[in-house]
Amino acid sequence: MYSEKVMDHFINPRNVGEISEPDGVGEVGNARCGDIMKVFLRIEDNVIVDVKFKTFGCAAAIATSSMATELIKGKSVDEALAVTNKSVTEALDGLPPVKLHCSVLAEEAIQKAIEDFKEKQETKVGA
Amino acid sequence: MKKRIYFDHAATTAINREVLEAMLPYYSQEFGNPSSIHSYGQQAKKAVDQARDKTAKVLNAGFDEIFFTGSGTEADNWAIHGVAMANKKKGNHIITSAIEHHAVLYTCQRLEKAGFRVTYLPVDRYGLVDPKQVESEIGPDTILVSIMLANNEIGTIQPIKEIGKITKEKGVYLHTDAVQGVGSIAIDVCDMNIDLLSLSAHKFYGPKGIGALYIRKGTKMTPLLYGGAQERNRRAGTENTPGIVGLATAIELARSNMEENNQRLIKMRDRLIDGVMTKIDNVVLNGHPELRLPGNANLSFEFIEGESMLLSLDLKGIAASSGSACTSGSLDPSHVLLAIGLSHEIAHGSLRLSLGIDNTEEEIDYFLDTLPEIVARLREMSPLFLQKKGGYSYV
Ligand SMILES: Cc1ncc(COP(=O)(O)O)c(C=O)c1O
Ligand SMILES: [Zn+2]
Repeated sequence: MYSEKVMDHFINPRNVGEISEPDGVGEVGNARCGDIMKVFLRIEDNVIVDVKFKTFGCAAAIATSSMATELIKGKSVDEALAVTNKSVTEALDGLPPVKLHCSVLAEEAIQKAIEDFKEKQETKVGA
Repeated sequence: MKKRIYFDHAATTAINREVLEAMLPYYSQEFGNPSSIHSYGQQAKKAVDQARDKTAKVLNAGFDEIFFTGSGTEADNWAIHGVAMANKKKGNHIITSAIEHHAVLYTCQRLEKAGFRVTYLPVDRYGLVDPKQVESEIGPDTILVSIMLANNEIGTIQPIKEIGKITKEKGVYLHTDAVQGVGSIAIDVCDMNIDLLSLSAHKFYGPKGIGALYIRKGTKMTPLLYGGAQERNRRAGTENTPGIVGLATAIELARSNMEENNQRLIKMRDRLIDGVMTKIDNVVLNGHPELRLPGNANLSFEFIEGESMLLSLDLKGIAASSGSACTSGSLDPSHVLLAIGLSHEIAHGSLRLSLGIDNTEEEIDYFLDTLPEIVARLREMSPLFLQKKGGYSYV
């Protein structure tokens, strides 16, 4: 039911873990719907130099988390914002239709982490 | 092929050799239509009648109280719909439980749209229906109580005999979905006061696509399928002779080996449950500790999700099942797990291991050796586990 790429990212997820004192962090989803993703970003000069994630969810949620973090690593903040669930799904050679809702998680978590980064920037500037 | 272990007998079972061999002649030499008067037809009819007789005897029912259907689903639909339609002058109230199979629940929901009133009884944390509550819900307009004999997810066995006493006294029909119970629970429809009982052959080492409905003589019922005069005019459609022969052979075999099989299964099941509980923390057993199907183990693993467990197990050659939303395609986890009071979170982390007669103690060992690593790996990936470990502060 899953593509080889999905299985690869499920079995060997990239970038699993945490970053202490991250520059941005985003958590989306809830245990109710069955998928939660938390993303940690290290950002230097507006470039995502490191990213880690933790995900509670099905294989699709784990694989999209892994692929999405791969896609934004080394990219500028703006480039990372352009990563959508569609681009992540395509990079995984597709997902079963019932699993598409699980793939939205990664896009949202990254956006939230970047928002968090921007807010922190503002408070720093303001202080 | 690499090692494969099947722990999903509640989904379906492999057909028994003996059963398959009993069926085969009815696909080729004895392929006649049981309604035909020539010798081909008469041979097939004889086989169907013998099968009906065998099936009836196992349930302590009469020969003319067994009706073959195309599945357990059809038997459930027919029982409920048939009683509702034939008795609507008497009343429009049906009582069932919150943890029934969808074959029962969705039939009830359809009847609600047609003007029937349905009470979905809650269950306790073990999944048990309270017979007293059945009694207090029965009113003058109640026509049917439908409570499953054993649950397909958590394996809880209901006090059907007690419920049967009540429905008999109140003059209300009792239907039980015994699809999961046949083969591991001794059933006596007279002693238990059951008026209608559904069963399905593929759950007890028989073929798929064949079931039966026991209907007590005198029960007011409409047909579900209209057409030919098969099954004494009550269930149209040319008989699936090989399937019927298979069902009867399988139910007889299952009944005669029941005590022995149950003993073996219970031993393996309890070792599996105890093994998991000692090797892994934060695990809950779903269902009743004792009143449960011999082969059923249903466990919830905190902080992780069922589908990723299933896939990880499958990669190690172990076939299991889960009540998580992500295995069902819907957003909610299993209605059964929610009905026993599990939070969504815990319900998403459920794993059902249903053992069968082909399983071995070695397979239990392999499972117990394999599962802890899988759970540990997924927990390491889980943000919920991170919070539990004391939380990570990023402020
Ligand atoms: C409790 C219960 N009822 C009904 C059914 C449906 O039976 P069948 O697969 O024969 O339609 C099942 C099987 O999944 C079941 O477990
Ligand atoms: Zn999912």
